[in-house]
Amino acid sequence: MPREGVLVNNPLERISGEQVRQIHDASIEILKDPGLLCFNKRAADIFHQHGAEVSEIPGSDTPCWHIKIPEKLVADALDSAPKTVILGARNPDNSLVMKGDEPRVYFITGSETNTWLDVDFSTYVSKSDPKKEIKVPEFKPRRGMVADLCASAHVCERLETVDGYIRTVNIQDKDITEDNKDVNKFFACLNNTTKHVMSGLTSLNQLDNVVKMAELVAGGKENLKENPLISFITCLVKSPLQFVDDTTESFIEICRRGLPVVVSSAPQAGTSAPIKEAGIMAQINAEVLAGITLGQLVNKGTPVLYGSVPVRARMDNLSDSYGSVETSQYNIDCVQMARFYRIPNYSTSGVCDTKIPGQQSTVERLFSDITVALSGPQYLHCAFGLLDGNSIFSLLQTVLDDAHFKMIKFFLKSPRIDGQELTDMTKQIRDVMDTPQKMFIQYIRPVMRSGELSAPYPFEGDGEDDSVLALAYERLQELLAKPVEHIDQATTSRIFQEIPGLLPRLNVYKQEK
Amino acid sequence: MPEDIVDLIKENVIQGRVTSDDEGMDKGMVGQPGVSELVEEAIASGISVADIINEGLTASMEIVGQKFENEEYYIPDMLASAEAVGAAMEILEPHLSKSGVKPKGKIIVATVKGDLHDIGKNIVSVLLRGAGYIVKDLGHDVETKDIVKAVKKEKPQFLGLSALLTSTMTTMEDTIKALTESSLRDKVKIIIGGAPVSEEYARSIGADGYGADGFHAVSVVEALNAEMKGRD
Repeated sequence: MPREGVLVNNPLERISGEQVRQIHDASIEILKDPGLLCFNKRAADIFHQHGAEVSEIPGSDTPCWHIKIPEKLVADALDSAPKTVILGARNPDNSLVMKGDEPRVYFITGSETNTWLDVDFSTYVSKSDPKKEIKVPEFKPRRGMVADLCASAHVCERLETVDGYIRTVNIQDKDITEDNKDVNKFFACLNNTTKHVMSGLTSLNQLDNVVKMAELVAGGKENLKENPLISFITCLVKSPLQFVDDTTESFIEICRRGLPVVVSSAPQAGTSAPIKEAGIMAQINAEVLAGITLGQLVNKGTPVLYGSVPVRARMDNLSDSYGSVETSQYNIDCVQMARFYRIPNYSTSGVCDTKIPGQQSTVERLFSDITVALSGPQYLHCAFGLLDGNSIFSLLQTVLDDAHFKMIKFFLKSPRIDGQELTDMTKQIRDVMDTPQKMFIQYIRPVMRSGELSAPYPFEGDGEDDSVLALAYERLQELLAKPVEHIDQATTSRIFQEIPGLLPRLNVYKQEK
Repeated sequence: MPEDIVDLIKENVIQGRVTSDDEGMDKGMVGQPGVSELVEEAIASGISVADIINEGLTASMEIVGQKFENEEYYIPDMLASAEAVGAAMEILEPHLSKSGVKPKGKIIVATVKGDLHDIGKNIVSVLLRGAGYIVKDLGHDVETKDIVKAVKKEKPQFLGLSALLTSTMTTMEDTIKALTESSLRDKVKIIIGGAPVSEEYARSIGADGYGADGFHAVSVVEALNAEMKGRD
């Protein structure tokens, strides 16, 4: 049985059916004129072989082609792209079944940050009243390491609202190189969570080692096909409208192997896309359609997700403003576009502008988490623990996010209103009206234990004290202390024998000896 | 067997079942006698009122209290059990004097004139009954003169006044003044409660105590009761 996710009743739609169609038409126009620049020769050749208008741009230091994609190629690709994508998991009960026309939301972590945020609590004494003490969190940013990635995967395994895991930290240990980063990154994730693992690929020459590792964990090549417990994110089209050489090459190879892959585009309204909603939407949709088309030309029927990470520029420094309201609007529009194509959507929410957990991070992330979730993306890449755009990762924030996702998931549940329920409630009202106290309290008890009531906010302090962060920290320590569900010893042993480049310290069975 | 009835009373208090219609905690209990029916049966069987109270009601509420402390029970569960004890006490009340069992005390409760809100007052009533007090509930929107009349007639040890509105809380002060004018003030301990009032407000109008919530109200009454009995 796959994970249930949350099926959204009457998903939120910002744009009308006609506007969806208009965006689609504009994107098709953009794919023809101005078309895209392509810095990858294989992609240019593939498009050329299938009837796209491709011309090499002369006089450039870097080889570059101009590609104009006809509507027919896009239509064929949209037709052959699977409408249901399965993302497997080490524990098959954690697999995700995403249907493009079903607004069932799965909440997934992400993205990859360079900085890990440690936290400790210091006690401060009031000058005016020395008896009064408060605990204040002190945050210390540092470079992310592979041990952090293991801890993060473990905590996310234990958080029930997390449906899948995108690696959260860029591992920057001294013994991590371009050539061993991918295998260590995937192993650290797979060995510490039984949920689906998604990541980008650092080096194409590691793809086969990563796939081999996944096959060993899944129990063979065929098992991995049936239970694809890993998948990839690729941002092959750099905005505006440019196929990047290395990522496009990786994308082609991933598609050839038939593993699920996100075709992600991340334009910034104001700098790499128009500041107006219609403009960024027409462009991001064109960019994703171009990627999906390439994927289907490489391997017809290969599973792809419509990936959207649009963002508005900050007006003070032109960096990404993930906390802006428009960012949520663009994401909801993208969810609607993907649903129009019936291709499962990878959408973004919860990314915030602030650098530490606190009130601003809560306001920014909660706003987008609620609104984007309401629109019913299948794969909500909802930035568990992320801060400062996608630069900083905080485990403390992850625990805070879990609490508010419990609320959002509860809110998204279908209302339980039907004839039988209303008959029962009418009887209950009559019965209570016959009593002297006229209280319904006795009826709370079975409901309270049935899971029909939302849980209180878990980090509520006593009285006037705001103890949210301190209580969340306690919860984090509890989670970290829980046992880790590692890959079994025999499989681990094979992985370390057959996959080169793995750091010996990641072999937990060797450590125990 | 009479002992079995007391055990059943105990079990049904823990389950929070007042009558046979109540669900309780465990499934399949609807239709089986609840505390009200069992207490009637116990009296008819000749079981002493003291045994019903001590071994049936008080012992079961101790278990309920432990379950609450262990977070196995929540406030609605406590209330359900307290309501069951309250129902039992109501049935036992006419038998108390004959059996020589003294109730812990008597309290009159009322929501003051002009105020229709009575949920808080009702919860306090249920909990006080559950704690073994005789509770006379005058209802809501009660005229001050009717409260004075009831205190004169019932001679309670405690009077609980409730108000939800800032516009009606001042009636509590009027009530205390009216009791003073009727020379009844020193015969009754007055506890107030309700969203707009506070400990400070209670002191300012000459009340003896303030209950922040239902459970706190019971503990205030218990403390005042112990103080009074200590003086006796």
